[in-house]
Amino acid sequence: MTPTEAAAAAPAADFWGQLFVFVLASFIGLGVIRRVSRLLHTPLMSITNAISAIAIVGSIIVTGADYPPVIRLLGGVALFASMTNIVSGFLITDRMLKMFKTDTKPRDGGRP
Amino acid sequence: MSYGFVQLSYIVATALFVFALHWMNTPATARRGVFAGVAGMTLAVLATWAEPVVVHHGWIIVALLAGVVVGVPLSRVPLTAVPQRTALSHAFGGLAAGLVGTAKYYLWLGEGPENLTAFRMVAIIVEIILGFLTFTGSLMAAGKLQEVKWIPQRPVTYPLQNVTNLALLAIAAVTGAALVVNPTAAWAPAVFPVIIVLALLFGVLLIIPIGGADMPTVIAILNAYAGLSAVAMGFVLDNKLLITAGALDGSSGLILAVIMCKAMNRSFANVLFGAFGQVQQAKASTEDKVYKAESIEGAGQVLEQSNLVVVIPGYGMAVAQAQHKVRELYDQLKKRGIAVKFAIHPVAGRMPGHMNVLLAEADIPYTDLVEMDEINPDMPQVDVALVVGANDVVNPAARSEKSSPIYGMPIIDADKARTVFAIKRSKNPGFAGIDNALYFSDKTWMLFGDAKNVIGELVKQLSGGSGLH
Repeated sequence: MTPTEAAAAAPAADFWGQLFVFVLASFIGLGVIRRVSRLLHTPLMSITNAISAIAIVGSIIVTGADYPPVIRLLGGVALFASMTNIVSGFLITDRMLKMFKTDTKPRDGGRP
Repeated sequence: MSYGFVQLSYIVATALFVFALHWMNTPATARRGVFAGVAGMTLAVLATWAEPVVVHHGWIIVALLAGVVVGVPLSRVPLTAVPQRTALSHAFGGLAAGLVGTAKYYLWLGEGPENLTAFRMVAIIVEIILGFLTFTGSLMAAGKLQEVKWIPQRPVTYPLQNVTNLALLAIAAVTGAALVVNPTAAWAPAVFPVIIVLALLFGVLLIIPIGGADMPTVIAILNAYAGLSAVAMGFVLDNKLLITAGALDGSSGLILAVIMCKAMNRSFANVLFGAFGQVQQAKASTEDKVYKAESIEGAGQVLEQSNLVVVIPGYGMAVAQAQHKVRELYDQLKKRGIAVKFAIHPVAGRMPGHMNVLLAEADIPYTDLVEMDEINPDMPQVDVALVVGANDVVNPAARSEKSSPIYGMPIIDADKARTVFAIKRSKNPGFAGIDNALYFSDKTWMLFGDAKNVIGELVKQLSGGSGLH
């Protein structure tokens, strides 16, 4: 069968290398995230969300390469979805984190 | 831009992402984490954009701008709506993965079938199934949280529900396996969309039987799925940055889901396939018991005479938008030298950490927010436990009543405090429909009314004599 030969010749998708990276990254993730303050679990979720929108790099290639327009359109929608997550994810994380203070002066009125 | 340069930027971006999460371990350094994340993201995007394979720029610019236009307002939602926003962003993440997987499959089918190796095909199938089920599942979750009219809030169940759902997933998996074996068969391009439709349908059906109280767990699980779909995309595109970032997101979702499950004493399978709402309907009938109501004046006097007050917030506080009034009450008590702490149950609210964010928004110092496990040993020394919109998380039935659906769930021991004030909107049972023995305890006094009004009245009562207003 030719596909096998062709696969060997195709730009090597290093399966074992990728799996290696995945397993190690998962261990790092478990180690780092276990130590995240429980106070910050909501911001944690929004920042990991923004970070996983790194899928944007895949979308950029699919949208910008010289591919058929339909393919590029799919990429463009994915690019839009990822960018939305990046922008809203980082902004709202920062907005929430700004609110966590150790010492606050008492106010005598309601919120403006 | 050379291959080496791009890879180098990806490595730096990966390191920045790990630091971003590392700095989240304390609120003092957490904002630095956001800057690290933004820096890593910017670097990765610019390096990718500069790759020679990217020749068309118009659509990229349009999509980026559209993302900014939609993303900025999404970051400005009220903090009570953060669970919905989070669910929505999981939906976007899943959609992006699903679309890129689809695009890559049809691209390679047309222009380079030799790229469709068995391994790549497995990755593509996993990517589209996870991506599209996360897309519709998260949309459903967001809809339930936003209380969209045409999405039922109560868990919807029907006979053979789990069998139906798993059968759907099995059909999708088998169809996927057939494609892995014959990626370029004549029928393949027609069968591929079938998997997409099955995954979309499965996502909807997965969330339909899940009720509001289970949302923290479900959001965490969807978070893990969104991360894993990004990992699968990394496998498809042979991109290690995607694999790493997706794995970080996936492990975060997994850890949060485990914490949420432990806090409810339930398993993943039980949350996803248990249909919590079913059990309680049979349980809701108990003999009539009598609440003891307390007046604002009486409650105010008891609060004034205490040394240590613990506030136990729940989702009801968010619904009533009472957090700012709670802050005023906090100020009034502090002014009298009374210690005030907030006892936070891990599943209070609709997503992990929800209460902390709401209280931080009301300017309450995070040093006064105490975890359930830390506050429980001190509860017998507490003069007043003030329950604001929490119900199941303070229900002593979880400790004692084996027949209760929440039996075994760790709770905040409000019943051990010397006096309990519980604010409750009405005399109906809580979300889970379970009677709460705490409300009928000898030392519990009910304050009926909207949480925001009741606390507002308490503040007025306490500030009455101080001449500040």
